[in-house]
Amino acid sequence: MEITATHYVVLACVLFSIGVYGLITRKNILVVLMCLELMLNSCNLLFVAFSRLYESATGHVFVLMSVTVAAAEVAVGLAFVVSIYRQRESLDIDLLKLLRG
Amino acid sequence: MSHTVIFYIFSALSVLGAIMVVSSRNPVSSAVSLVLTLFSTAVLFVLLHAHFIAAIQILIYAGAIMVLFLFTVMFLNIRESEFRFDSMNIPKRTTFLLLFVAATGFLASKLFLSSPIRFPKLEDPGNFGTVADVGRSLFIDYLLAFELASVLVVVAMVGVLVIAKGRES
Repeated sequence: MEITATHYVVLACVLFSIGVYGLITRKNILVVLMCLELMLNSCNLLFVAFSRLYESATGHVFVLMSVTVAAAEVAVGLAFVVSIYRQRESLDIDLLKLLRG
Repeated sequence: MSHTVIFYIFSALSVLGAIMVVSSRNPVSSAVSLVLTLFSTAVLFVLLHAHFIAAIQILIYAGAIMVLFLFTVMFLNIRESEFRFDSMNIPKRTTFLLLFVAATGFLASKLFLSSPIRFPKLEDPGNFGTVADVGRSLFIDYLLAFELASVLVVVAMVGVLVIAKGRES
């Protein structure tokens, strides 16, 4: 059976929904960040698949930008994790309700 | 037909890794499973003729970002008791699981029942996705975005230093 663009789109959908599921259900802030990475990665897969479909390198440039943003986001997120853990001695995301009205 | 076999093997591996990221209790094993997912995705990038992006994926994602994660886990030295209350209660979790399985299944069936979008044959397979090709696009069409990305990285670096250092007083 030939692999079409549809296969890649379905795979990206599956990976994205696993990521969203983890983002909603997990409470460890580190795992939540990893699920975010999973979602970004599935979007990168879509970009590359459509880049192959239209034979244009634009999608590859988008993936480069998204990897840069992901690296910056992870660095800032992990700095937050370190400072939160220093203050609260816990990684439970439910303890972070400072902004809850 | 090797393309088909490789696609199925590595897509199964990436989904397996993603499920293990979500389901494993220990953040270290979550991180290692995430490396599995990212590596399998890099193989799929090679299948899509994105050789440069595959190299970047392994170097930056599976290398730098995951090392940062593992370093933070090691640095925090989390107690074993932290892992116990790590997830929502089971009825809520099952509801979300069923919701996502239903949504993904619906989408996948819709996509597979519609006419498949075949990849066209590449006009210049030796050139597409190479460093030269991506670099030409990056430095001619998207030069401003590239420069702004460097600003973003500098801002993130300064921000990380400020946040992680904390208040001195």
